[in-house]
Amino acid sequence: MSKYQVDSKGYYGPFGGAYIPEMLYPNVEELQNQYLQIMDDPSFKEEFEQLLKDYVGRPSPLYHAKRLSDKYGAKIFLKREDLNHTGAHKINNTIGQILLAQKLGKKRIIAETGAGQHGVATATVCALKGLECVVYMGAIDIERQAPNVARMKMMGATVVPATSGSQTLKDATNEALRDWINNPVDTHYIIGSVVGPHPYPDMVARFQSIISAETRKQLLEKTGKETPDIVMACVGGGSNAAGMFYNFLDDEEVKIIAVEAAGHGVDSGETAATTALGREGVLHGSRQILMQTEDGQVIEPYSISAGLDYPGIGPQHAWLFKSGRGEYVSATDDEAMQAGLRLTKLEGIIPAIESSHALAHLEKMKFKGDETVVICLSGRGDKDLDNYMKYFNL
Amino acid sequence: MQVTKHSNGLLSIYFTAGYPTLDSTVTIAKALEEAGADFLEIGFPYSDPVADGPTIQHSSEEALKNGMTLALLFEQLKDLRQHVSIPVYLMGYFNPVLQYGVENFCKSCKEVGVNGSIIPDLPMYEYEELYQSIFEENGISNIFLVTPQTSESRIRKIDDLTTNFIYLLSSNAITGGNLEVKDQAEAYFKRIKDMDLKNPFIIGFGISNKETFGKATKYANGAIVGTAFVKLLAEENYLTKIPDFIKSIKG
Repeated sequence: MSKYQVDSKGYYGPFGGAYIPEMLYPNVEELQNQYLQIMDDPSFKEEFEQLLKDYVGRPSPLYHAKRLSDKYGAKIFLKREDLNHTGAHKINNTIGQILLAQKLGKKRIIAETGAGQHGVATATVCALKGLECVVYMGAIDIERQAPNVARMKMMGATVVPATSGSQTLKDATNEALRDWINNPVDTHYIIGSVVGPHPYPDMVARFQSIISAETRKQLLEKTGKETPDIVMACVGGGSNAAGMFYNFLDDEEVKIIAVEAAGHGVDSGETAATTALGREGVLHGSRQILMQTEDGQVIEPYSISAGLDYPGIGPQHAWLFKSGRGEYVSATDDEAMQAGLRLTKLEGIIPAIESSHALAHLEKMKFKGDETVVICLSGRGDKDLDNYMKYFNL
Repeated sequence: MQVTKHSNGLLSIYFTAGYPTLDSTVTIAKALEEAGADFLEIGFPYSDPVADGPTIQHSSEEALKNGMTLALLFEQLKDLRQHVSIPVYLMGYFNPVLQYGVENFCKSCKEVGVNGSIIPDLPMYEYEELYQSIFEENGISNIFLVTPQTSESRIRKIDDLTTNFIYLLSSNAITGGNLEVKDQAEAYFKRIKDMDLKNPFIIGFGISNKETFGKATKYANGAIVGTAFVKLLAEENYLTKIPDFIKSIKG
């Protein structure tokens, strides 16, 4: 049992647990009791793997980005989750959870979404399986991400605006939790990140762990060694990072770097740099690290990227940070936007602004020249074209 | 007054501290006691109240804008027992309590004469493992919730951990819904009553008028009105309307 994985009570060190009102207890308990058993079931595994291959297009390539490598003086590989069906890593998790929901006999699916990527990934699998789909999305995010809203609607999902609080991801999550409370029997809540009450952080990380499982094999083929020197990913709630780190956690020689969104700067008051500013707290059902006031009120996060705009960080990340296993850093809006443009010019790949945060950190690193670096390119930048156009006056 | 197994037809009122104005908390509590409320739940606001509907969420947002904090609430409640003699419980989410410190929270409750707390997102496992002894050392009762979906064995366990009363949710829903006492709900209330628990139970969520109060207290020792009262607080001259409000429910 890895010391970085969840224990039998749902904790990662002091983080995690299931801090939920009694109204959610039966739903969460059902999942706690069944998720491992279902995920181990051969018929589940077979369908999951089949869909990842034929529908999502896995394995996603591990691409040796030579011009990027030359620029920084390291051997840089991009794990191309941007090439997945629907354009991001989010689909790995929604495929897993829709199959699980079916095994549990659920008829209705709800989800929250920030950038819209998880909403699209959820609407997609609901269309695939013919299940009713309701997606909660912050009213501000609905404005910022109109194409993704249209995609969800085309696939038959109902998109419900969250109008409370900051009207972004955190509030969409609150609304989805309320829906689940009001619909306890027939509904499965597909949480899109490694947050929420146990078993969600572990379950989502397991579904996303395909990212690092493939990476190990691909690295072995390409470099003769399964492990890189460094793995990097961006972190909002932290699902692509959890998947990218999962199979490297026990290889202590592999350096793990997670990049949060600093917004206008860590000390600007408009940021989502959770580990830099947060303290231990409870939000959305788990004990984690949280940006909050002295009184324990959650501080509204800010980032140019809707997918990183979250005031907390998943409990496993909180533990990797606190235990020192992972290095948690941040990149500002400006740094991320420049990094996105840089990758586009060097490699002909337009990254999601979320993923650009991970790329931005390369600027601050010093390499000896022979290090192998894997960066999770979690999503493609099509959805962010508007932002790129505005930012660079294109 | 204590909430006991022999209590009958108790009316509890929920309201949010710091709403509609920052310093209205104790004035409202006093007016409620004078009007005939049997005990009180004072909510301390949280930015992300997932178990609450729009009315109580709005009151929490306003209270936070007004500057309410848990520390300030305890400051306001310093003289509580000079003005209010009925039992008072604090209700809110766990994160503000965690930041205030669970031990400090229990000590402050004890100092100002608060009888207990209702913290919906503090689970039983964490309570038992980490906090039960702190609550008990300070004589603060933590009130657990039971829903129609809660299993019998879990209800028995809650009954064992309970030192005051059990908070029975009328349905599996967020606050502010309407109690529809269908056969199903009646069967559920009766099922709980027939379990002959050691502790009294009080029904909350969806109780808004005489009719729903009457249906709930046919089975339970009392019932809690929250959203309907918080709506009243948004009206002008709400203090003068409190006696009629209580009368309209209790008769």
